[in-house]
Amino acid sequence: MSTAATAHDDHHHHAPTGLKRWLFSTNHKDIGTLYLWFSFAMFMVGGLLAMVIRTELLEPGMQFVDPEFFNQLTTLHGLAMVFGAVMPGFVGLANWMIPLMIGAPDMALPRMNNWSFWILPFAFLILLSSMFMSAFGAGHPSAPNFGWTFYAPLSTEYGPASTDLFILSVHMMGISSIMGAINVIVTVFNLRAPGMTLMKMPLFVWTWLITAFLLIAVMPVLAGAVTMMLTDRHFGTSFFSAAGGGDPVLFQHVFWFFGHPEVYIMILPAFGIVSAIIPTFARKQLFGYASMVYATASIALLSFVVWAHHMFTVGMPLAGTLFFMYMTMLISVPTGVKVFNWVATMWRGSLTFELPMKWAIAFVILFTCGGLSGLMLAITPVDFQYHDTYFVVAHFHYVLVSGAVFTMFAAAYYWLPKWSGVMPNKLLGELHFWSSLISVNLLFFPMHFVGLAGMPRRYADYALQFADYNFWISIGGFWFGLSQLLFLAVCVLCALKKGEKAPAKPWEGAEGLEWEVPSPAPFHTFETPPVVK
Amino acid sequence: MQSTLFHRAAVGLVSLMISGMAMASDWTERSDHNLRPGVTAVSQEVYDLHTTILWIVTIIGLLVFGLILISMIRHRRSRHPNPATFHENVFLEVLWTVIPFVILIAMAVPATRVLIQLDDTSDAELTVKVTGHRWKWEYEYLTYGDDNNIGVSYMSNIATPPEQINNPVLSGGLFPYGTAKDAVGKEFPAKDANYNLEVDNPLVLPSGQKVRFLVTSADVIHSFWVPDFGGKKDAIPGFVNETWAKVPEGQEGTYYGQCAELCGKNHAFMPIEAKVVSQAEFADWLAQKKEEAAAAPDLTPFANLDEAMELGKQTYAGNCAVCHGNNGEGGVGLPFAGSDFATKKEHLEEHIHVLIEGRGAMPAFAAQLSPRQIASVITYERNAWGNETGDLIQPEDVYEQE
Repeated sequence: MSTAATAHDDHHHHAPTGLKRWLFSTNHKDIGTLYLWFSFAMFMVGGLLAMVIRTELLEPGMQFVDPEFFNQLTTLHGLAMVFGAVMPGFVGLANWMIPLMIGAPDMALPRMNNWSFWILPFAFLILLSSMFMSAFGAGHPSAPNFGWTFYAPLSTEYGPASTDLFILSVHMMGISSIMGAINVIVTVFNLRAPGMTLMKMPLFVWTWLITAFLLIAVMPVLAGAVTMMLTDRHFGTSFFSAAGGGDPVLFQHVFWFFGHPEVYIMILPAFGIVSAIIPTFARKQLFGYASMVYATASIALLSFVVWAHHMFTVGMPLAGTLFFMYMTMLISVPTGVKVFNWVATMWRGSLTFELPMKWAIAFVILFTCGGLSGLMLAITPVDFQYHDTYFVVAHFHYVLVSGAVFTMFAAAYYWLPKWSGVMPNKLLGELHFWSSLISVNLLFFPMHFVGLAGMPRRYADYALQFADYNFWISIGGFWFGLSQLLFLAVCVLCALKKGEKAPAKPWEGAEGLEWEVPSPAPFHTFETPPVVK
Repeated sequence: MQSTLFHRAAVGLVSLMISGMAMASDWTERSDHNLRPGVTAVSQEVYDLHTTILWIVTIIGLLVFGLILISMIRHRRSRHPNPATFHENVFLEVLWTVIPFVILIAMAVPATRVLIQLDDTSDAELTVKVTGHRWKWEYEYLTYGDDNNIGVSYMSNIATPPEQINNPVLSGGLFPYGTAKDAVGKEFPAKDANYNLEVDNPLVLPSGQKVRFLVTSADVIHSFWVPDFGGKKDAIPGFVNETWAKVPEGQEGTYYGQCAELCGKNHAFMPIEAKVVSQAEFADWLAQKKEEAAAAPDLTPFANLDEAMELGKQTYAGNCAVCHGNNGEGGVGLPFAGSDFATKKEHLEEHIHVLIEGRGAMPAFAAQLSPRQIASVITYERNAWGNETGDLIQPEDVYEQE
């Protein structure tokens, strides 16, 4: 199939132009670009929703939005960020970089690649359009309002009409993700350049390969959960309704059996990116390559046996609770190995701190903060206090924002020269980094305090003792949100080719096949596979 | 129109920020940033466990960040131009796998011990069934000592007045807050110290006795959480979860909690207030409650429409406005103002029936409100906001249907 696609392209050496270029693209670079812009757009949409949330929480009392609308905001913020920003962002990076890193001419299944992207805008159009539909009377939008975790029966018996739009859009996102994952697996197993053995692959390819298997394993579980919701809502089944002999807790088990591996789907590719960037700017080979691969695989395997740590308070039997507590604690071992490996890579290297390195180091430190609060959350008796408070909100924003999102910034600054052919604007980039670094901590660090002090999450209003920290959290939120406009400026300048011309290998310590093609990477690369060593 | 909306939003935001900074000092004395040690023996164990783990992770964190910092300073290119070439070290790699493992075991031992303690709900002297409703708590006293037939149960609603909660800065459009439109531009009363924590009928508990809570829900999942009692337990429809608390003698007082699982619109407005009193005081309170429960319902007819409307207005604000709107304009629930349902005679019987039995997401109110309250609120809904049907429903009419 791949040879057929290559042969087809051989007859059309002119690159397609205009809208058609993007709509009908089967080129991994163009599709990667589409994914990345889409991801950034969703990041801004989700961010905007978060700004409204933070505006309401600036002070105690209800000033701007109705509590009902507040719930819709938190729901759509979560869905847009998880399924719209983080996941497609990493798929975009995979599309651009995996073929370049393994010396493949393109992704193995280019037409499916096109489809898996073009499903996404429609899925989100369906989901976000519910914000403009009124089921509760004019001027009262009724988007899904049950949190991104959509626990039954709040989302089944009590869900608004738009829940069905939500179900359809989640199905579409699932199809897109599964196809994307299949594409990665087929590409990595079939299109590696001669000599590129599995244990020579860059870690970004390794982490994505493992992520792809996780996606294929759990996205169907999510599809199952929303399908059961659908039949509960419309076809008289009672999977999740106790009144009909079903079980609302079953929903949580099914959801988190998807949800916990999902968490690693959103962080494993980040590990790969950092493992590419730190050696480059330390001018020293990655420490413990093999142990990195094994640690990633162990994290992926363990992710299937820890799901119930999201539901310690549902009243599980003691033995079950203990099992999930021990397994969860165990995850910190391979994660620790990774962090120690990164530190050992830096140790006695020859470090410089270009923008990608700044983001990568910020990632290692802030992700470790999130990991350590995760270890605290694993301790079940204390989790009974932490559960569903802002402490949890702080924890997962540390691993997802200053974790996953920061590595995407790192990746963008690292590979933008390759993608666009120009160096990202240094001044704007520095401003973006420092502004984001300070504001992200002002935004998320005090959440630990309000959480410990007892502020539950998803609260539209709160008791007075939480007021001070919430005020500063909101200020941090606005600041962090506005800082991202700087990144938009950096990307637009690169897209317009405004800036210093980039050489094929702009970072002296960089290694890998992607630096052997010119910058910007030509439309077709590695039509004849390179030979690795 | 758009620009004025935007302008007002911007002005509102700026004034909020300024007032926020000004008020910050007033609220500081209540500010809190750590877990509460709590009041029960178990909650204090949980707190100790939290403190231990916090120290462990802080030390690990400082160690890792310290190494990164040293490397960033000492191994930067200007000071360390020739990078080392090592990329493996079996001894180190085994070490940093085994040491964390040992730390984990050291943490798991006390965690397991406290967990087993928390799980033990046996030998309770008082059993209270806690039922989550959208958006209030119901407390039913099941057994106390040898008394297995107490028959006392009541609803516990938020007591913070809506004027303190609803402080809208602009109306309609982009930021809908539905039911509070009429409050725009009004002076808002200051918030009480226990804003969003106080309730009308607190949960009353004896000190020095083990209390078992049977936690369940009538609709969606809620979570029963009083931080000072050391943890939360989900209230799940169709399930009965167990948890317990024993507040030591001498620690009588009021302990506040909140619902901790997203349950819909007023998730943030269903607090828990637990009033812990001495055993003698508790026995008196329970005896009085039992007497009240045994008494026949008050079926005194309303003398006139005004009397019914007055009670109805009060009942509506406390129970109905959250879904049906402050002015009967609807929301999550049906609108009343001008609707066929609340104005046409043929719907009157159905109106009474739905209040008693519930329908779909509309809860049954027979157990929550007295016949007199139900009659008054139906009267109110059929005569307020321009409905003016003149229907006067008497407690007797409701009691018959019940």
